[in-house]
Amino acid sequence: MKQILSALVENRSGVLARISGLFARRGFNIDSLAVGETEDPTISRMTIVVDGDDSVVEQVEKQLNKLVDVIKVKRLDTAATTRRELLLIKVAVGAQKRGEVIDIARVMDAKIVDISATTLTIELCDRPERVTLMTDLLSPYKVREVARTGTVALEKGAGDINYRP
Amino acid sequence: MNGAQAVVRALEEQGVTVVFGYPGATVCPLYDQLAHSGIRHILVRQEQNAGHGASGYARISGRPGVCLATSGPGATNLITALATAYMDSIPLVAITGQVASDLLGRDVFQEADITGAVAPFIKYAYLVKEPADLPRVMGEAFLLAGTGRPGPVLVDIPVDVLLGELDWKDPGPIQIRGYRPAGRGHQGQVRRVAEAIQEAKRPLLCAGGGVFASPGGVEALRAFSRESGLPVVTTMMGLGALPSADPLSLGMLGMHGSPRANQAVAQADLLLIVGARVGDRAVSAVAVERTKIVHIDIDPAEIGKNIGTAIPLVGDAATVLGQLRELHPQAGGTGWWKELSCRRPPRRGTGLDPQGVFACLSRRLEKDAVFVADVGQNQIWAANWLEIREGRFLTSGGMGTMGYAIPAALGAQLAAPHRQVVAVCGDGSFQMTMNELATSVQHQIPLKLIVMNNHTLGLVREIQTNSFGDRRFGVDLGAVPDIPAIAGAYGIPARRIAEDSQVEEGVRWLLETPGSCLLECQVDREEASH
Repeated sequence: MKQILSALVENRSGVLARISGLFARRGFNIDSLAVGETEDPTISRMTIVVDGDDSVVEQVEKQLNKLVDVIKVKRLDTAATTRRELLLIKVAVGAQKRGEVIDIARVMDAKIVDISATTLTIELCDRPERVTLMTDLLSPYKVREVARTGTVALEKGAGDINYRP
Repeated sequence: MNGAQAVVRALEEQGVTVVFGYPGATVCPLYDQLAHSGIRHILVRQEQNAGHGASGYARISGRPGVCLATSGPGATNLITALATAYMDSIPLVAITGQVASDLLGRDVFQEADITGAVAPFIKYAYLVKEPADLPRVMGEAFLLAGTGRPGPVLVDIPVDVLLGELDWKDPGPIQIRGYRPAGRGHQGQVRRVAEAIQEAKRPLLCAGGGVFASPGGVEALRAFSRESGLPVVTTMMGLGALPSADPLSLGMLGMHGSPRANQAVAQADLLLIVGARVGDRAVSAVAVERTKIVHIDIDPAEIGKNIGTAIPLVGDAATVLGQLRELHPQAGGTGWWKELSCRRPPRRGTGLDPQGVFACLSRRLEKDAVFVADVGQNQIWAANWLEIREGRFLTSGGMGTMGYAIPAALGAQLAAPHRQVVAVCGDGSFQMTMNELATSVQHQIPLKLIVMNNHTLGLVREIQTNSFGDRRFGVDLGAVPDIPAIAGAYGIPARRIAEDSQVEEGVRWLLETPGSCLLECQVDREEASH
């Protein structure tokens, strides 16, 4: 089962290496890990999607908490969380089939962000399931490149990770 | 002042009086300042032993041990000692020199990414980029090493940072926002534990090394066991938590533990684990499948990692045991453990019986002696047969690092110059760190060393005997050098014994001869560890 962990970590060099190293040596399977600065420039937020049962996710949470650079970790309830992922996908498509691909993009509320004689690049920012649906829909075409950011997430409503310095 | 002066000042402010080290090019600025300080530098013969020396020092002094090494190979030689300390939660501050910061990443002479290399077995590692950061970093390093679940911390300092100028700014009270070690246990959970003890028919406590890591932990455990009537088994790291002769002390559990302790674990309906990791050599998950487990540890990540837990309780061992004492739980089933057998299986070897050596030591060692065991059969024998009263038993429990005993004994002796310190190793482990005999002589640190010489890597030989059809390969140390002669070459008096009748006199000689001395006991290579 996929679960989301949100972690506030020190924004300094070496922290990402410590965290990714932890996952590797403890044998945790990570679906995605997205990291970026928060409203406080000394803190980054990492959003980690873990595939595993409750006991595995609990271990990931505890091991993360144990790292000195990790300030706070929270397990997010998927149903009460806004989740987004950004996809850039480049499809090799000439004039003949371009219309079909543009139709798919339109249905999915995606944007065409680049066009050339032989390719289309499409951007989609949506829930991770919809991003996967988009890549599935485009798979019959010649997909040249895919870049996905991994999931980022925030709790809905007033709930937050509750870190006050 | 320059960075090196700041490091020395920080060490002095932390009350450091001894460091274990080995110099090299990038730490020369630091050595230059250390020379003018009141800090004693113990020059070891290889960096790994600086780490083990600091470990022995830390375990007896109760404060972080400090070791120094240069960049590159000096730093990488430290790694085994850091991993050893990490597994056993021993507080160390390791300081390494590093190549100049503008050369980092260019693979220059003696450059190694040591902060990267130690990541899996370090509590925290710093690569200091600015001299002005040194007062804070050093303060944080000592705080992290010595508090919470203790462990090693590495401070890697490029040579230009050691030479760079700074204005010393007192770091003040150190606060690290991602670091909040546990203290008191959750009162509701404490109450549940007390009730579980009250309700259990055969409750048992298992004490680990955390009882020693927690200030006041041993006293709290002894008081709790006495007041509640709870019998106690220990892990190897917990040996000595209760005196061996205490009627409630059932010995060491686990793969190499005593039959009595293991039977007690198998029969217990409630097992309270205090300050132990539940490592695979100690507690088999299968054996305790039907037992209700209470796990008390300062590190939440240890709870539920290897074994399912009915009542998790995060907190410092001494504090939590104090909380439990306030509730006065009484263990039922008085005396159920008394029928458990503690018979030794039949001996496999002939000649000098190693058990006799430890029996004799048990009688003759001072009450508060520190005993350091290496790794291998010598360690299992010592763990099971040496009686501990108010003393300590030091060994590399989690990592099983051969060669630990000699440097750790030197460190322990430096931490407690007036305490009796005795070490045992095998001929294998002796040859891993016998170079430190020179350190003992040069710095006049008395080393009382027993070498159980069976010309074999005995514990590995046993695995080959028991699990690989007795096909022995790579375990014969046949050409063991003349060990007393080696000691003699260092100017250390030594004797060799090979008969039971010589044990009493040999041990007496070892303990009564002033200064360093070595007793070699010739042991049959067929001898088993139990």
